[in-house]
Amino acid sequence: MSGLAMPKPDDATLRRRDEIVADMRIIVPGEGVVDAANAMRAFESDGLTAYRQLPLVVVLPETVAQVSRVLKYCNDRNIRVVPRGSGTSLSGGALPLEDAVLLVMSRFNRILAIDFPNRIVVAQPGVTNLGITTAVEQEGFYYAPDPSSQIACSIGGNVAENSGGVHCLKYGLTANNVLGIEMVLMNGEVVRLGGSHLDAEGYDLLGVMTGSEGLLGVVTEVTVRILKKPETARALLIGFPTSEQGGQCVADIIGAGIIPGGMEMMDRPAIHAAEDFVHAGYPLDVEALLIVELDGPGVEVDHLITAVEAIAISNGSTTCRISQSEQERLSFWAGRKAAFPAVGRISPDYYCMDGTIPRKELPRVLAGMRELSEKYGLGVANVFHAGDGNLHPLILYDANVPGELDKAESFGADILRLCVKVGGVLTGEHGVGVEKRDLMPEMFNQVDLDQQMRVKCAFDPNHLLNPGKVFPQLRRCAELGRMHVHRGQVAFPDIPRF
Amino acid sequence: MTTFTPATSSEVLSTVQWAAAEESPLEILGHGSKRGIGRPLQTEHTLDLSKLTGVTLYEPAELVLSAKAGTPLAEIERLLAENGQQLAFEPMDCGPLLGGEPGKGTIGGVLAANLSGPRRLKAGAARDHILGINVVSGRGEAFKSGGRVVKNVTGYDLSKLMANSWGTLAVFTDVTFKVLPSAETEVTLAVRGLLDDAAAGAMALALGSSAEVSSAAHLPERIAAHVAGGALGSEAATLLRVEGFGPSVAYRIAALKTLLGKAGPLEEIAGEASRLIWRDVRDIKPFADGTEKPVWRVSMTPAQGHQMVLTLRMQAAVSAFYDWQGGLVWLRMEEGDPEAALLRGLLRKHGGGHATLVRAAPAHRAALPVFEPQPPALAALSQRLKQEFDPKNILNPGRMA
Repeated sequence: MSGLAMPKPDDATLRRRDEIVADMRIIVPGEGVVDAANAMRAFESDGLTAYRQLPLVVVLPETVAQVSRVLKYCNDRNIRVVPRGSGTSLSGGALPLEDAVLLVMSRFNRILAIDFPNRIVVAQPGVTNLGITTAVEQEGFYYAPDPSSQIACSIGGNVAENSGGVHCLKYGLTANNVLGIEMVLMNGEVVRLGGSHLDAEGYDLLGVMTGSEGLLGVVTEVTVRILKKPETARALLIGFPTSEQGGQCVADIIGAGIIPGGMEMMDRPAIHAAEDFVHAGYPLDVEALLIVELDGPGVEVDHLITAVEAIAISNGSTTCRISQSEQERLSFWAGRKAAFPAVGRISPDYYCMDGTIPRKELPRVLAGMRELSEKYGLGVANVFHAGDGNLHPLILYDANVPGELDKAESFGADILRLCVKVGGVLTGEHGVGVEKRDLMPEMFNQVDLDQQMRVKCAFDPNHLLNPGKVFPQLRRCAELGRMHVHRGQVAFPDIPRF
Repeated sequence: MTTFTPATSSEVLSTVQWAAAEESPLEILGHGSKRGIGRPLQTEHTLDLSKLTGVTLYEPAELVLSAKAGTPLAEIERLLAENGQQLAFEPMDCGPLLGGEPGKGTIGGVLAANLSGPRRLKAGAARDHILGINVVSGRGEAFKSGGRVVKNVTGYDLSKLMANSWGTLAVFTDVTFKVLPSAETEVTLAVRGLLDDAAAGAMALALGSSAEVSSAAHLPERIAAHVAGGALGSEAATLLRVEGFGPSVAYRIAALKTLLGKAGPLEEIAGEASRLIWRDVRDIKPFADGTEKPVWRVSMTPAQGHQMVLTLRMQAAVSAFYDWQGGLVWLRMEEGDPEAALLRGLLRKHGGGHATLVRAAPAHRAALPVFEPQPPALAALSQRLKQEFDPKNILNPGRMA
């Protein structure tokens, strides 16, 4: 993947850079156009820092009209555009292109409306995920999806990536919590999908936009639903001698009809790294550590804590602590939430993967990872959204050792191949971006990919918006649209009919 | 006039390939239980999926079920119930309202119509539970999207795009849904005798509390008599459903009673009686009268629903009830005229939304847009999308027009 091929820069665009920058200054006056190399440096990568590229120019529009004019201008002149929110993508979704305008939405940072009776918030796309909760929490409400970057990541970026978080087993992903968006198409047209009501009429374009990684349109407004904060939350911290027992405990909890607010698992290397870092009091003699959080009215939480404790014991747990205070609950989470930086302390670099598997395959996948770890000579620590099967293996490597990044990437690719092989997928919540782009054929055949690209053609027929992401190979829309069968060439189907 | 009844995915593929080559439109049919919704079709051929059946994967502990698209919904719901699970989005049974048999409908039809029920806000609709699909596009190409796991952002979510596509983009052969545990206990609190505006206030109060109300509906006077075999009597009933584990339900019902103590007389309805009420709200039983009187499903911001109905009543004779957690107002036009322009105009003035003419005589459905017309840029985008899936316009042509 280090030898990542991006679309060949368009020489005509590169030659016209001065003219394009000047025109951008007319469309977005003031401070909204950045073209000096040192100032653009801040935008050269996103959360996938292994890849860096300065854009043609950075544009920070402030109004929908400006977004529309920038896109229309670029569409008319065949100039590529890469949209960007807060730049926290872990898959390189906002990686700039040398010949593309980087359209940064961070100045769209206002909450436009809060409607408590209907429990909705209308926000501009640059508002942070946590910013929505902050705006409504004084009334006891919150916005449910909570990706770990929630302090920084933008709600527009959440729509682009269909972000999840630790609570999405019970409360759903971004797609289940967004009611409507306003977006601008590459041709400058402004369309609204959904709104403050449920289920937009017609095709579910909102569903397709959510998770489309900035390839279909630029979101300029987001309407989300907010939820009443649960009365209480308590957690159990459960240790198991084997990952099989931990996995079976998760299956039995769900089998008992319990959907916890959060259910996270860590393996031995992750437990040790986290404990060394934050001293959360994690047991160090277990192979799997499970955090189960139950939320709701106190009486319900107490009832379920008892039930989950019994299930844990029946699965051979060796430790089971139940939080007795809010402080203790937070201490259970402290290690898990610090797992990435904790791993960062024990290794110069780490590479975070994001496959999802059917939960029952966990022991097999962990065993496979151990073998791969030996094969590549690199360590791996695992944190796992146990409720929904989303794995985050952290591969430990040192970028200063020549060839080690390549090895880490090959190791990561093999893990994802394993996820697909057992019935899972390449990415659960981080997106395909550039990172997993070339692995798409592991999951999809050419017919599958062609149909996805045809969807792109309906939104952006010239492949100008965020090209080089998601699809391993771009095909021209005219070619994709062609049909090769004609009247009289296909036999009348030989199947039951009347 | 041929009806094709494929029993395998490859037979579906060869049928669509033939139709695409011949440019010969197909009506795509499961049980036909929702055939009365949308513009009437006049295709030469029919593709009947009712023989493409069978649950192909069900793993209760993984919360996942896959089935061939023509599998009866009733069969799937029975299988889930045996394992204490359910489709949490409560797909409505369209039979009673549209004058068909109850208990019909296929799992593919559930997705094609994006069905939901009175738990809509909390549990979502079919779109929120579909995990993966295998389909055949109007190009005569079999493709897949999604998978069998809940968390998946690999590629565009074409599974969601199939929701509410009414068979106009692709023919489904296999669908995979997320399934969830059924609630252990269910209790409904009914506030009696409220007028529409007072009911709206009571429901807003209840839904804004932490009692985790899963369904809320207001059945005005007389309408209430048409659910659960008349068990509620005809006095207006504002219904709040609370589901979960026993101790939690008891606690939350008590909290609601304190909250709504001054709103009006309260009744508690538990277990099977509660389930019957919500099944009938889901299936629009109050309007399942065996007639063709127009029935509208209006999706809008809940708090404005009763105001719009009040204004509408000044110009047309209507019966109305409110499925608040579905975000819906259901309307029956008593004089037989759908009054589409009037209704859609009022809807725009009351916060926007969309109105679907779910039941009407074929002549009305042929003459009026059954689905809410879209603004030009959005309509053009939808049309381009249709073109990318079905360039020869052979799948249910015109149904969503």
